[in-house]
Amino acid sequence: MANPMTQFNVHRIGPEIKVGTFDISFTNASLFMIISSVAILIIFNLGSKKNSLIPNKIQLLAELSYTFVSKMISDTAGLKAKPYFAFIFSLFMFVLFCNMFGMIPYTFTVTSHIIVTFMLAAFIFIGVTVIGFMKHGFGYLKLFVPSGVPAVLLPLIVVIEIISYLSRPISLSVRLFANMMAGHTMMKVFGGFVISLGIVGGWLPLSFSVALTGLEILVAFLQAYVFAILTCIYLNDALNLHH
Amino acid sequence: MEAFAAESGGMPQLNPEFWISQIFWLTLTFGILYIVLSKLILPKISENLESRKSQILENIEAAEKQRENSEEKLKEYEEIVSKGKFEAKNIFNQAREKALKDINAKKEVLDKQIDDEIVKVEQEIKVLQSGAAEKINKIAIETSSELIQKLIGAEVNNSSISAIVDDLSKRSGDKYYGN
Repeated sequence: MANPMTQFNVHRIGPEIKVGTFDISFTNASLFMIISSVAILIIFNLGSKKNSLIPNKIQLLAELSYTFVSKMISDTAGLKAKPYFAFIFSLFMFVLFCNMFGMIPYTFTVTSHIIVTFMLAAFIFIGVTVIGFMKHGFGYLKLFVPSGVPAVLLPLIVVIEIISYLSRPISLSVRLFANMMAGHTMMKVFGGFVISLGIVGGWLPLSFSVALTGLEILVAFLQAYVFAILTCIYLNDALNLHH
Repeated sequence: MEAFAAESGGMPQLNPEFWISQIFWLTLTFGILYIVLSKLILPKISENLESRKSQILENIEAAEKQRENSEEKLKEYEEIVSKGKFEAKNIFNQAREKALKDINAKKEVLDKQIDDEIVKVEQEIKVLQSGAAEKINKIAIETSSELIQKLIGAEVNNSSISAIVDDLSKRSGDKYYGN
């Protein structure tokens, strides 16, 4: 049976490009990042080009996505988060398209790589922390001191809060990466079973594979949504200090 | 050696060979995506949505105005119709009254004429009636005197004949002019 992990291999496409000691060669991961971004740009460019009172299909798609993300942000982070709408929209669409392109057989899933999701999560973490300190100064540290906690428990609570805050980028990135990797690995394993069990016994894993494909499409959307909404929640903490 | 290890069973994700490359391309593509979306595409979509919203609101307003207008017009129309109906009724009543008056006047004139004629005719009839008996008697007297003359050849006194005729006519007159 083929190794289910080989689908995650990154390989160079074209020549090796080095800047100093850094290898920034164009790889299959880069290819699918570009494909996802270009697909997003094409769809939303087409969807925003014509302004007809009754939108056509692609315009409707673009406008529904816009209102969906806009509503998600205003529901979780309030009106103050409006300047960050474009970022969260880009983030949601990028993760969603990378996830969805990964669902096509023989493609590469960009978000199944921890380094990619971790970079996104780290950027969000740093950005949110910077926004928090810019908005509230050192008052932002009150985030770690929940109100209404007995003084005895306070040191413990503060430590727990700090740990949970610092683990945000890890949980955010690992959630997406692990979901994508596990799903794709499982599909590959079941696909391998279909081949190895042949025409007689292959039907059961095949039906499993079909069901898994549906589930994975759901997960692909859901993880993009979770990634975006958690970003909104973190942003909400930074913008509206609730504790 | 590391790449080989990753390919022979480990997780390729943990192979740092292309990490820098992935970070670089992620930053590049996501950065471009963000810039293009935030500067060019999203404002346009937002504008489209806003313009649609305002256009719909405008249309609703216009529709409301037109509805009010039409309601006013309908009211006016109904007023005109009811006024017209009233006027028509008035005119009809007037016409009827006038016609009745005319008819009555004409009827009166005609009645008078008819009455006059009747009176005249009755008088004539009376004259004729009263004259008829005398005439008949006269004729009867003349014819009987002639007949007698022719029969007996002598002149008979007219007065005696008239007395007889009178007597007869009175008797048979009861039969013809009984009333």
